[in-house]
Amino acid sequence: MKYIDEYRDGDLAKGLASAIAREAKPDCRYHFMEFCGGHTHAIFRYGIQDLLPSNVRMIHGPGCPVCVLPMGRIDGAIHLAKQPGVILASYGDMLRVPGGGRESLLKAKALGADVRMIYSPSDAVALAKAHPDREVVFFAIGFETTTPPTALAIRQAHREGLSNFSVYCNHVLTPSAISSILEAPSVRDLGTVPLDGFIGPAHVSTVIGSQPYDYFAEEYRRPVVIAGFEPLDVLQAILMLIRQVNEGRFEVENEFTRAVTKEGNMKAKTLVAETFEMKRSFEWRGLGLVPYSALAIKRQWAQFDAEARFIVPEFKTEDHKACACGAILRGLKTPADCSLFATACTPEHPIGSCMVSAEGACAAYYTYGRQRRKS
Amino acid sequence: MKLDLEHGVVEMAHGGGGRAMAKLIETIFLGNFDNPLLAQHNDQACFSMQAGRVAMTTDSYVIQPLFFPGGDIGSLAVHGTVNDLAMSGAVPLYLSAGFILEEGLPLGDLAQIARSMAAAAREAGVFIVTGDTKVVEKGKGDGVFINTAGIGVIPDGVAPSGERARPGDAILVSGTLGDHGVAVMSKRENLAFEVDILSDAQALNGLVAAMVAKVPDIHVLRDPTRGGLAATLNEIARQAKVGMELDERAIPIKGAVRAACEFLGLDPLNVANEGKLVAICAGDQAERLLAVMRAHPKGADSAIIGRVTQDADCFVTLKTAFGGTRMVDWLTGEQLPRIC
Amino acid sequence: MCLAMPARVVEMRDDDQAVVELDGVRKEISVALIEAPRVGDYVIVHVGYALSRLDPEEAAKTLALFAEMQAAGAAA
Repeated sequence: MKYIDEYRDGDLAKGLASAIAREAKPDCRYHFMEFCGGHTHAIFRYGIQDLLPSNVRMIHGPGCPVCVLPMGRIDGAIHLAKQPGVILASYGDMLRVPGGGRESLLKAKALGADVRMIYSPSDAVALAKAHPDREVVFFAIGFETTTPPTALAIRQAHREGLSNFSVYCNHVLTPSAISSILEAPSVRDLGTVPLDGFIGPAHVSTVIGSQPYDYFAEEYRRPVVIAGFEPLDVLQAILMLIRQVNEGRFEVENEFTRAVTKEGNMKAKTLVAETFEMKRSFEWRGLGLVPYSALAIKRQWAQFDAEARFIVPEFKTEDHKACACGAILRGLKTPADCSLFATACTPEHPIGSCMVSAEGACAAYYTYGRQRRKS
Repeated sequence: MKLDLEHGVVEMAHGGGGRAMAKLIETIFLGNFDNPLLAQHNDQACFSMQAGRVAMTTDSYVIQPLFFPGGDIGSLAVHGTVNDLAMSGAVPLYLSAGFILEEGLPLGDLAQIARSMAAAAREAGVFIVTGDTKVVEKGKGDGVFINTAGIGVIPDGVAPSGERARPGDAILVSGTLGDHGVAVMSKRENLAFEVDILSDAQALNGLVAAMVAKVPDIHVLRDPTRGGLAATLNEIARQAKVGMELDERAIPIKGAVRAACEFLGLDPLNVANEGKLVAICAGDQAERLLAVMRAHPKGADSAIIGRVTQDADCFVTLKTAFGGTRMVDWLTGEQLPRIC
Repeated sequence: MCLAMPARVVEMRDDDQAVVELDGVRKEISVALIEAPRVGDYVIVHVGYALSRLDPEEAAKTLALFAEMQAAGAAA
């Protein structure tokens, strides 16, 4: 697979690993957070940690939109799915996730709700076209990557004059979440964040560009390296971060130049700006309320906003008391430190956000890295 | 009254016990499955068995779409049950076939399914000797469900079983993984992608016969169907209370299967196979077994993919081509394509 | 994360649709988010949409950098 396999080469990995081992100073510690679940997934799937010296530690951030969605929003989607005449469409990832009442969309489907798995937002529009007598609600989630396709779906529905299509919007923004990790009041209760640098998102950055990260590098004096999701990209980014730390630099560097520019995708950004507006604040599972961290559909498109068309009650659910996700997402604990991990909390029965999707720190650790507990 | 195979559909009367049902069975099933035991037209097949150990199995087949690249629900219902017998080392002999038909199923489709069952049975050297047909109302089925049961005899000295995997044993597979799952998924309406991959659905009893003839003491034989290689190896590891170590580079997977899995966010090791087997044998027998498998047309891409280890946690781990190590775990929940 | 992969545009269709190919897998996607897509372009595909164009020169540069590291690693 061109542009994929070259970036998974085991021989090149050895070269990068030995460069990292050579350049990481033995008396220094390097704690880097990969914000994105894509990087978390790559780290575990390819066993990247086995190639790193023990003083280079990766901390798995909150960058999985499935994990960070509060259970109340899932309960909202289940509520919508149960309305008479509604077809609720969403991505495969969302269907398994339990809400506050431990019910998931798949369970709601088993009990009679019309829930459909789709691959693309345009599939949801096609459903609305094929079922003019039904209300099709698209349960939209995702970061800046997934938002432009949702915007296009709304435009397409408008163009085709569909009056039975709406979007339950749960799109969230990465820069606000990174800020929150670095400065949320809760960090004071949990302790100092021991982060020496960030690996910046890959596909999110293809849309928003590298520019939005300049602020972090300056404001928090932490290096950021934007990296692709292939394992060699991750190793290279780690090496670039080590060099910045060693040299006392804190800049935004771009390892993923093959797809990320400074400005990003202007066409996509304009479309998003014309379709959505910022919400004052939005709850992130594991992080709590984060200001200006999510998008709502603009008033002019309200006819396509499920929250304007239907009454969606606010469901509130507290996370489990023993759940350590909040501390794990901030790098204060590892999954194995949590008393629920692999006992009460498993991928089949996730209790905390990090266990919810394959991308979450705990789920990735459980599925790919459980053998590490022994060593 | 002749069955209209071109335009006709299954009606409730076809399960009603009357002339319509007799006509359906006679035209579609008896005609295709023709053999002396079935031709006796009794409610059971009566036959003698040679002395020795007998293997028996049953499996139900529900699949959408009914027709997929490289097979259909009919051939699958024969191959699956033949393979379940073969994985005990048995020589499969007789199958039963139960059909639950949904009102409205085109008779032409049913005839096609019966024809491919007959062809699969012929190729595998088994006879469909007894059967049953029921019809359910429209909306209460999914076109057709098939149940097949099978019986076979096990040669002396052959006793593969999951709990017999021992530390030091070698783990082999008989060919490329994930072909069946990808071929079927490519035709699901909400996933629609094009790929030149055929389902690997095939009967493996010939391959098994060749294997046990040369290496009678194969410790474990199993076909990695639903849940893929990952589920099968985890099952065996738990049964035998052992661990396993695989080498990613040794696991045969076609480029297009890997690519399709990239698109869908799936791990090929979790994707279903219907014509591949996993064999576990003593380490010093592995090369010999591999040679036999590769010499057989249904095992040409066979490979030694890892070894059995001592591990109280029964972990299956994989040395990645990238140079690290990871777990190979069971699939969580239903296999759904991911976006993240 | 956002599951996405590079694939080659092999056919342009009406309404900003295109067919992309990755190792024998072909899929129809939307290229409405890309400026002036062309057959032969590599694009990054996410939920059925091309998000950005892949720059072959930059891709080669990154690979060259990896190779340099490997050579340096072997020499050390």
